[in-house]
Amino acid sequence: MGIDRRGLLKAAGLSLLGLTAGPAWYVLSRAKLPEHPPQPGMLAEKKWGMVIDLNKCWREDGCRDCIDACHSVHNVPHLGNPKDEIKWIWTARYERVFPEHEHEFGQEALSDRPVPVLCNQCDNPPCIKYCPTRATWRREDGIVMMDYHRCIGCRYCMAGCPYGSRSFNWKNPRPFIKKVNFDFPTRTKGVVEKCNFCQERLVHGLLPACVEACKEKALVFGDLSDPNSEVREILRSHKAIRRQPELGTKPKVFYVV
Amino acid sequence: MYDSGKIIAGLVVFGCVVTSPIWYNALTGKTGYIPEPKIVTQEKKCIEPKEYIRTKHKDLLKDWRESVVRDGMRTYIASDKKRYTMSLTRTCMKCHSNKLDEFCLRCHNYLGVRNNCWDCHAYPKGI
Repeated sequence: MGIDRRGLLKAAGLSLLGLTAGPAWYVLSRAKLPEHPPQPGMLAEKKWGMVIDLNKCWREDGCRDCIDACHSVHNVPHLGNPKDEIKWIWTARYERVFPEHEHEFGQEALSDRPVPVLCNQCDNPPCIKYCPTRATWRREDGIVMMDYHRCIGCRYCMAGCPYGSRSFNWKNPRPFIKKVNFDFPTRTKGVVEKCNFCQERLVHGLLPACVEACKEKALVFGDLSDPNSEVREILRSHKAIRRQPELGTKPKVFYVV
Repeated sequence: MYDSGKIIAGLVVFGCVVTSPIWYNALTGKTGYIPEPKIVTQEKKCIEPKEYIRTKHKDLLKDWRESVVRDGMRTYIASDKKRYTMSLTRTCMKCHSNKLDEFCLRCHNYLGVRNNCWDCHAYPKGI
C-alpha cells in the first residue's frame, strides 16, 4: 500500500472531477428546443379592466349567474364548508367591500346590499411581492397570473392580499367538482388559486365567463389602454370607485354605485 | 488488515441485499422485456420525429408549460413548420388517449417514473 498523502489527494480530486463529467455532459449536450416566435396581439398590447355597475347588478335579487358561470368554467369546487371555501368571484356586503364609504348615518338599505367581488388584478399587486417561487406575477397585459405548477402553498400571497381574493386548497378539490370542464385544469391540494380574468378565454377572443353570463350587462370588460373602449367610456361618464384606493394597489376592477 | 474475512463476507451480504430487487425482477421476468407503448390513432405521425419525442418529450412538455403559462403563447411551430396548439389534454391526448395503461404508463411504470400531471389536468374518458 504505497500511497502517500499527495497521491491520495490527487486521486480523490480526479475522482470528484470524474463525478461531475456526467451531469456536465448532459447539460451541454441537450438538444436545442425549437423557438417560438411571439405572436402579435397576445400580450402587452392591452390593459384589461372591468367595471361593475351595481345599480344594474341589484335589479335582480339573489342572482348568482356570474358566480355559477365562473365556477363551472374554472372547475372551482363546492366544498360546502365556509372554512375551506374556494372562491373566484363571490358577493360581500357593501359595508365590508367599501368600509371607507360607510358611516353610521348611511343608507341602511345600501350597507346590506351584496356586491360582487373578485380579484382586483391590481396594477401594483401586493400579493406578488411575497411569493417566494414567483408562482404569481403580473403579466404584461396587467393580469395577475397564478402558475399552479410552481405554487408551494406557503400562503404568503393570501396574507399579502388586502381583499381576500385568494383561496387555498386544504383538500383535493377533484371530488367536489360536480362537472369537470376539460378545457381548464383542476387544482390540487396545497395550491392557492384566484380569479385569472379568464385569460384562457381572452386568447380565444372570448369575454370572461362572468361578463358573458350577466343578463343585466352589469359587468363590462375591456381594454383600459384604449380611450374608445366601453370601459373607458363608462369611467368617463360615471363616478366609479375602487376598493380601498388608499392602499395604493391600483385595482383594475371599478364599481359604479 | 484485521478481520478481513468478516468484513469481506459482510460486504458480500450487504451487496446481495442491496441489489436483491434487481435480482428479484430479473429472475421473475418483471424487467426482462422491453415495454411497448401502444398508439391508437388515425394520425400518420407525431408532431416531431419519433426519436426526438422518445428522448425529449419531457423537455417539450416543460417548454410548452412555460410558454403557455408564463408567456401566454399557445401555438407550437414544429420542426416541419406545422402549427399545433400547445395543450396536453387537447393535442397530445387526441392521439394518445389510452394513456392510463397502454401508452404513458407502460414505460413510466417500467422505469419507476411517477409524475403528477393528471392530478390537475383532466380529460374526458375516451376522447
